[in-house]
Amino acid sequence: MITLDAVEVRYGTACALAGVSEQVPAGQWLGIIGPNGAGKTTLLRSIACLVPHAGMITIDGQPVSGLRRRRLARLVAYVPQLPALPPEMTVADYVLLGRTPHIGYLRMETDGDRQICAGLLGRLGLSPMTGRALATLSGGELQRVVLARALAQEAPVLLLDEPTSALDLGRRVDALELIDELRRERSLTVLSAVHDLTLAGQFADRLLLLDQGRVAATGPPASVLRDDVLTPRFGSGIHVIATGGTLVVMSRRPAARSQP
Amino acid sequence: MSRAGPRPTGAKAGPDGQAGPAPPVAAGAAGPGQPPAGPADPAADEAAQAAIPRVRSGRALAMASAALVVAVAVGVSVGPADLPLPAVGEALLTRLPWHPDMSVSVVAVTIVWQVRLPRVVLGALVGAMLAGGGAAYQGVFRNPLADPYLLGVAAGGGLGATMIIISGGNQALLAPAAFIGAGLAVAVTYVLGATGENRSTTGGATASIVLAGVAVAALFTAVQTYLQQEHTQVIQQIYAWILGSLTSASWSDVALILPYAAVAATLLLAHRRLLDVLRVGEVEASSLGVDIARLRVTVVIAATLGTAAAVAVSGLIGFVGIIIPHIVRLTAGASYRIVLPVSMIGGAAFLVLADVAARTVQAPSEVPIGVITALAGAPFFLFVLRSSRARRELA
Repeated sequence: MITLDAVEVRYGTACALAGVSEQVPAGQWLGIIGPNGAGKTTLLRSIACLVPHAGMITIDGQPVSGLRRRRLARLVAYVPQLPALPPEMTVADYVLLGRTPHIGYLRMETDGDRQICAGLLGRLGLSPMTGRALATLSGGELQRVVLARALAQEAPVLLLDEPTSALDLGRRVDALELIDELRRERSLTVLSAVHDLTLAGQFADRLLLLDQGRVAATGPPASVLRDDVLTPRFGSGIHVIATGGTLVVMSRRPAARSQP
Repeated sequence: MSRAGPRPTGAKAGPDGQAGPAPPVAAGAAGPGQPPAGPADPAADEAAQAAIPRVRSGRALAMASAALVVAVAVGVSVGPADLPLPAVGEALLTRLPWHPDMSVSVVAVTIVWQVRLPRVVLGALVGAMLAGGGAAYQGVFRNPLADPYLLGVAAGGGLGATMIIISGGNQALLAPAAFIGAGLAVAVTYVLGATGENRSTTGGATASIVLAGVAVAALFTAVQTYLQQEHTQVIQQIYAWILGSLTSASWSDVALILPYAAVAATLLLAHRRLLDVLRVGEVEASSLGVDIARLRVTVVIAATLGTAAAVAVSGLIGFVGIIIPHIVRLTAGASYRIVLPVSMIGGAAFLVLADVAARTVQAPSEVPIGVITALAGAPFFLFVLRSSRARRELA
């Protein structure tokens, strides 16, 4: 269970998050949506203690700001939107970095760490790429390699910042499907920022809509993906259409401008 | 864990696998001829896994070590006194606790043991510290242009040495003064530069530390230049120190640098895995559980101990700290498990050979060793840069 209570983050005088409160039960998927600059990334980073926050964030009752880095990294795995990918590093060495929170300060990886990573590479269909340099992989492969590193942390909470932004439409569904499978296999709690509102509505148990650092709406997808909720935040070109039980969020050029 | 149930691996990996050659993999993971439920069994998973290899540094270490052995052999064999090789070998052996009874002249033993060998050992230690310190600084500041003088070691050491020389002080105080000046400059840099650390929990203070280093170095150099211009009668002596040299090398110099070198090398090598983690950046390394502030301060202290000691006994020898680690990266691999140890050994070999050149090309006078390191090192570095497989990644 992750609990956010009146979380506030400031960058200098600018307020990036204010009064964000939310609860995510263990094993659930919370989709964080909102326009650019709404605070989605900041919210994920504050849970991982990568930006200092006011208010209280707890995981199973423990305030994250009081935890040592190593301890926190065993609870929370964070995947940034644009991970740094040293081009010459091999897939195996990169995924092994994820074992860091389980390795003593000046110790080296053990065979056990190697086995865990080999298992993850097998699970994600990356075994044939084990020895390849990151520079030689495709976007879809890299996305799975980064996911494998996060899973190597064996943390119960997975924070994903726009996990599909580098992928084409088909790969996005595949990637989210894979995350969903892994969530069920490993009972992970997933918090992800998602740009694609239609996909967010299909994969997340709940959605949190942020706007200018504040919670604009929160609840099951059907209660958030509504014209009257989305339009004030995304503009009048946004429409929600229900087809076959799926809420499709589409963007359309306003009629007045499309005909000169 | 819900691993127990029949995992839909075989079925679901299909769409996922469209990204590339994954579908055959998913099939392979199930094991040929096994029922689809196969992947649910962890043993089957493991059987299909490609084993994860360790980072291999053995070949590069062996080559660098061979280079060091050759360099040391050349270093003790070459010199103004015309000693034949067998005499050098016999002279070396006479000091071993048990040695064959040989008739070697006292002069030969003295030249080898009191003149050449301390100089070779000192050169090796200085080269190892400069190259290892450079590699560590490049890693911890994630900057391919970082050298061991980045945070003011050179300017501080220069000021310390200058103050002893102009005060006509004891030559024996030169090295300690340079060491203290170098350490002081880095300490000032770190204290001033790292104050921005409070702003970020991940310690985003790297840039401000580097900039503080630039400012502190400018300040110390300004004071040093002023003192030097006020005392033009010793300017030659100051200049000779600044250019760097191993001319007056003795066993006492070796004894002075050895403890610092040992501590520095041990600490830096112990951090080789963490420097690899840092290759993904400070934010991601933090999220992986690395205490960035502790890592940075430990590596900076270790590298500073080593390079300050090197500067104290040899003056300022440029270029080694930048080119040796990059040559290792370009030819052997960018992992710090390779870069750190191989740079230390390779840097030792390089500086011993550079010193041989410094004392022979214009014998009996000596060329400043810094001139040799740049003159020989720069073209070699450019050659490696152009011909290597790895122009892609320097950092």
